[in-house]
Amino acid sequence: MKSRELDIPTSPPGGWHALVGGWARAHGFTSAVWLVLPGILFMFAFFIYPVLYGVGLSFQGRDGGVSAYVDFFTNKFPHDSGSFDSLWTTLQLAIPATVICVLMAVPIAWRMRRGVRGLRTLTAIVMIPMTLGSVFVAEALNNLLGPAGWLNRALQALHLVRAPIQLTGNYTGVLISLVLTGFPFAFLLMLGYASGIDPSLDSAAAILGASPRQRFFKVDFPLLLPGATITLALSFVLAFAVFPSATLLGNDAGPTRVLSKVAYTEYANANYANASATAVIMAVAQLIVLAIVFLGRGRIYRGSTMGGKG
Amino acid sequence: MSDRRARFSELRLDHLSRRFGDFVALDDLSLSIAGGEFVALLGPSGCGKSTTLNLVAGLLDPSDGMIWLDDQRLDIVPPEKRDFGMVFQNYALFPHLNVADNVGFGLSLRRVGKAERKERVQRALDMVRLGDQASKRPGQLSGGQQQRVSIARAIVTEPRLVLMDEPLSNLDAKLRIDMRTEVRLLHQELGLTTVYVTHDQAEAMSLADRLVVMRDGVVQQEGLPQEVYENPANIYVAAFVGYRNAIDGVVLADGRVDIGDAAIAADHRNSRLAGAPQAVVMIRPEDVVIDESPRPGGNSIPLVVRVSEYQGRTFAVEGTTAHGVTVYGYSEHPFRPGDHAIASVAASSVRLYGEEAPNGAARAMAAEANLAASGRLT
Repeated sequence: MKSRELDIPTSPPGGWHALVGGWARAHGFTSAVWLVLPGILFMFAFFIYPVLYGVGLSFQGRDGGVSAYVDFFTNKFPHDSGSFDSLWTTLQLAIPATVICVLMAVPIAWRMRRGVRGLRTLTAIVMIPMTLGSVFVAEALNNLLGPAGWLNRALQALHLVRAPIQLTGNYTGVLISLVLTGFPFAFLLMLGYASGIDPSLDSAAAILGASPRQRFFKVDFPLLLPGATITLALSFVLAFAVFPSATLLGNDAGPTRVLSKVAYTEYANANYANASATAVIMAVAQLIVLAIVFLGRGRIYRGSTMGGKG
Repeated sequence: MSDRRARFSELRLDHLSRRFGDFVALDDLSLSIAGGEFVALLGPSGCGKSTTLNLVAGLLDPSDGMIWLDDQRLDIVPPEKRDFGMVFQNYALFPHLNVADNVGFGLSLRRVGKAERKERVQRALDMVRLGDQASKRPGQLSGGQQQRVSIARAIVTEPRLVLMDEPLSNLDAKLRIDMRTEVRLLHQELGLTTVYVTHDQAEAMSLADRLVVMRDGVVQQEGLPQEVYENPANIYVAAFVGYRNAIDGVVLADGRVDIGDAAIAADHRNSRLAGAPQAVVMIRPEDVVIDESPRPGGNSIPLVVRVSEYQGRTFAVEGTTAHGVTVYGYSEHPFRPGDHAIASVAASSVRLYGEEAPNGAARAMAAEANLAASGRLT
């Protein structure tokens, strides 16, 4: 019998146009591909073009070229005396906040992976800070933790402290706020990963002699780790762009002057090149941190979380 | 009598019950398992067999009752302290560990030294014929291989008791029969006390020293496989172990049962009428010979053939009596639908179960068991 390959005609019957069409169809390019066109146009108009425009703008600083970047790293922005320091300020806020969120989310999500009584109510409560937005949370925290807030008034009434503890208007306030708004997000992501782990793995480990602690560290944690790195990366992106809480709960004139604030001030003072350069630096800093996270992720097990056939 | 290799002499389930809300999954189960014994819990899904296994494993707590291993009270001991092995229906292999680390998991928790651990893992893997797959991940193995890894993992620690929860039900038919033999061989070789849960009566009978047939959380019958097979305690067990023909009838003065088209006689020892006015006649299709003329010396039931299927060597024939009762049997030669035929059954193959009244419930129960038994392949 003749093999099927040999039946393929050397010249396509419908001409080269039909051949290209055939190739396209065989590789999944059907007329339905046109449906992505609006999406591509939208992406181009509202993302790719502005990004390129912004990058272009960043090279039109005081003396053109990379002068805006030089000014950034030498703290020579006209309205931001410590722009380079802001990079560290931002990282010093975003990294601890992210790590705290994920470290809290992993065990709590693990505990709740089988569902607990009132899970929906609990999830709703946890969701509130996320839905209200960071401005609302910042206001609430000011009322709670501020010098004249409930906490300090209660502590003073109980004669536990003489003077109000300084929890707002500084690093602590912003960190608390970041953790509070970032936790629900991290928790919900981790809950999804945790409940995706085959429950029979836990039973199998238990019967083989693993205590609850050993089950967590030898079975569940390694399987949660890939999810935790994704959560870490996404939470970091959220925390890195912090702006409202740094302004409302911190002190954006000094200790919590974050990069988005620097970009904003420069922009507000019509130093568009400086603002753009700051934005580009923010993006690069984020990408570096994400690259480190994903490099680490490449070294761990990231396959199925099922113990066999379902 | 317990196997001298066993590490205990008796596992005793003492009036064990488990409820989930209002649902009674297991009702007052008492059972004694001797060391070295292979016991199969048999029943359709929802009969309480898996609940029983999980209670023994410690994955569930009993609502009532106690579990004793000789003089140790077990139901208050957490699963990790019971020193058991378990094989799961879905294998439950740790996907992030390779085959050797999966099998060695229990050994490393028991702080067995590296060299000894390696040797024991290799021995266990050789035993399940996977000696050359040690460095693969579970995801790279076929279903049958995965289940063999899971068996190796359960036996490598030489546990006091091995629990198997429908270990073969995810495998295809041929592999299932091969693995059945392997499980039996492993048991003979190692003498590990085993509790095996299944809904497959053929699997249970071929593997177990003793069968426990369950339904709706209650034990229906307990005994040697031959005993259960030859002498089912009730209609339900009969239907579940393959007595597919279930026919209602009226008990006559001479102990025979009138099913309308014929009076069916049974050997006295197979008759559980207990003076009841009504009875259900239960017969295995394998014991029903369908032919043009009756076989001498047996019961004969006239039929009209409905279906005749060639099954290799014999034909499975399904016919209907004048009273509309369906009879299943086998024939040496084919029939056409509508043909008249006679179903012949020896008196020794008939089981009679007394009923107070023509009992729709009994028939429904038998049908349910039939369904459960035939659905076991799905």
